[in-house]
Amino acid sequence: MTPTTVGEPWINIAIFAAFVAITLVIVIRASRNNKTAADYYAAGRSFTGAQNGTAIAGDYLSAASFLGIAGAIAINGYDGFLYSIGFLVAWLVALLLVAELLRNTGKFTMADVLSFRLKERPVRMVAALSTLVVCFFYLLAQMAGAGGLVALLLGVSDRLGQGIVIAIVGAIMIVYVLVGGMKGTTWVQIVKAALLIIGAGIMTIWVLALFGFNLSDLLGAAQANAPEGKDLLAPGAQYGLTDLTRVDFLSLALALVLGTAGLPHVLMRFYTVPTAKEARKSVVWAIWAIGIFYLFTLVLGYGAGALVGPEAILAAPGGVNSAAPLLAFELGGTVLLGIISAVAFATILAVVAGLTITAATSFAHDIYANVIKKGKVEPNGEVKTARITVVVIGILAIAGGILAQGQNVAFLVALAFAIAASANLPTILYSLFWKRFSTRGALWSMYGGLAAAIILIVFSPVVSGAPVNEATGLSTSMIQGVDFHWFPLNNPGIISIPLGFLLGWLGTITSSRREDPAVAAEMEVRSLTGYGAEGATKH
Amino acid sequence: MSNGTDSPTSSTSSAYIEAEASPRFRELKRRHRSFVLPVAVLFLVWYFAYVLLADYAHDFMSTPVFGNVNVGLLFGLGQFVTTFGITTWYVWYANRKLDPIADEIRGELEAKEAVR
Repeated sequence: MTPTTVGEPWINIAIFAAFVAITLVIVIRASRNNKTAADYYAAGRSFTGAQNGTAIAGDYLSAASFLGIAGAIAINGYDGFLYSIGFLVAWLVALLLVAELLRNTGKFTMADVLSFRLKERPVRMVAALSTLVVCFFYLLAQMAGAGGLVALLLGVSDRLGQGIVIAIVGAIMIVYVLVGGMKGTTWVQIVKAALLIIGAGIMTIWVLALFGFNLSDLLGAAQANAPEGKDLLAPGAQYGLTDLTRVDFLSLALALVLGTAGLPHVLMRFYTVPTAKEARKSVVWAIWAIGIFYLFTLVLGYGAGALVGPEAILAAPGGVNSAAPLLAFELGGTVLLGIISAVAFATILAVVAGLTITAATSFAHDIYANVIKKGKVEPNGEVKTARITVVVIGILAIAGGILAQGQNVAFLVALAFAIAASANLPTILYSLFWKRFSTRGALWSMYGGLAAAIILIVFSPVVSGAPVNEATGLSTSMIQGVDFHWFPLNNPGIISIPLGFLLGWLGTITSSRREDPAVAAEMEVRSLTGYGAEGATKH
Repeated sequence: MSNGTDSPTSSTSSAYIEAEASPRFRELKRRHRSFVLPVAVLFLVWYFAYVLLADYAHDFMSTPVFGNVNVGLLFGLGQFVTTFGITTWYVWYANRKLDPIADEIRGELEAKEAVR
């Protein structure tokens, strides 16, 4: 094994190219029926619960989940496992409180539901704004992850080379979304989710077989490789260092569990099925797929710790993120490494495509068609705008990804969750469950939650002032050499999420304007019975 | 169009107010909320109890149970079990207690719309 790369880059590239070719054919075939806005944004609402559930898993199991969690478990043991539990339990919020009611009352975007019975234009505007911000953070995380992966798998270690690969990944993604719309994007996610879960499953069984299917022996072997004094099997290796890191962990746990049901690209997936019952089935499929996958990552993480060892992982070009690929190389040599690498690339591609179509839909449907044009758009005008937006967002994502190279992927994703939980979830829950909830409550909660989360991030150690690592001479902050942080935590959730809920309540009780009770009745009846909800498009 | 979805053209808002006030809709709403809200509180309390233990009770969580498997790992795997369990429980409840009433009310509203 050379220190700069593992395996044969050309095998990795060939397997990835095969994935792109196959999915491209699927995307082109799927796009034949893309005529109306419902086709482009919501895949004609024609997917089954099982298909959509698999696609949700494909959307959700991002590079941060696969590479990040396996790596975190390999290096920090139990604390990496805590991440995956938050990511999984969060789905119960979506299942019980959001998915079906949202499917019954909305059409394409989160803003459809929030503006149902409130004053439309201001609410739609802020909902779209928050959608764009969350998608942007999430996109940045994925694109930054692509750079690190390239370094490890293709042996491209200079910034220019990595930038070119990020641009190629971005360009392929633009083609998928432009041609395939939601239907094409969904199929890419289904294929990717299946490959990812099967690949991880094979590796899991392989690792367990090496330890005679004895979990205890695997844990013992991982612990034996750990540095002196670090207990991989107990919580605390990463977050238990000081009182501050403990509060930071609490903040992260809050953001993880409440963020999922406020992620716009997850919410939008519920519109691709014909009924609320199928939306329920989607979440059930997603919970099983995601849960089983996280159980796999537990074995893979400790397996990488035991078989590859923390020193080799940290010395590899991708750092923590390279644990799963290195384990694949250790088990199955260059071919398995090639397959797992291609799956990891496919993961980034599929998640980026899902985020891009969500952001483009929100811009075209909410901001362009409903706020700027006030609902008076020529036929196809909206979809045309969405397609232009896809290209713009794709280019922004490429540029952002090149600039964000080397940033910590898991951090950026956690921030997107914190923003979603602070700005989106309070208003979603209030408008579905609290009849008195008012326009002012929605605006205060969304602008307040959004602003609080972003301001706290900007003045946190994530952006500036984190201690300098003596070994590398670099700080973990985005900006080196300056320190303007005053907020001590890395994750803003513990402040900004309660604030979002509080402002929604405060804005409502101080508001003199009462919302129309007839529309409130309409929303309630529709949300629970599914009456008037748009079904599958017939072709 | 004042809201996100197209209103069915023949339905008036009075039909919704009427439907909302009907005893059967009230029953549907009661059944829905009396399940989802307490269960949501339950799993959040259980999740945060786990998070706080993992965050502040390291010694307790690292108590060995058998071999290298400790209390913390069993608690963590317990979160998976409860998540799968609650999912299955909710689907069972919704299929039996929510869907029949919701389908009935929706059918009636659609029939009314067709007559008008």
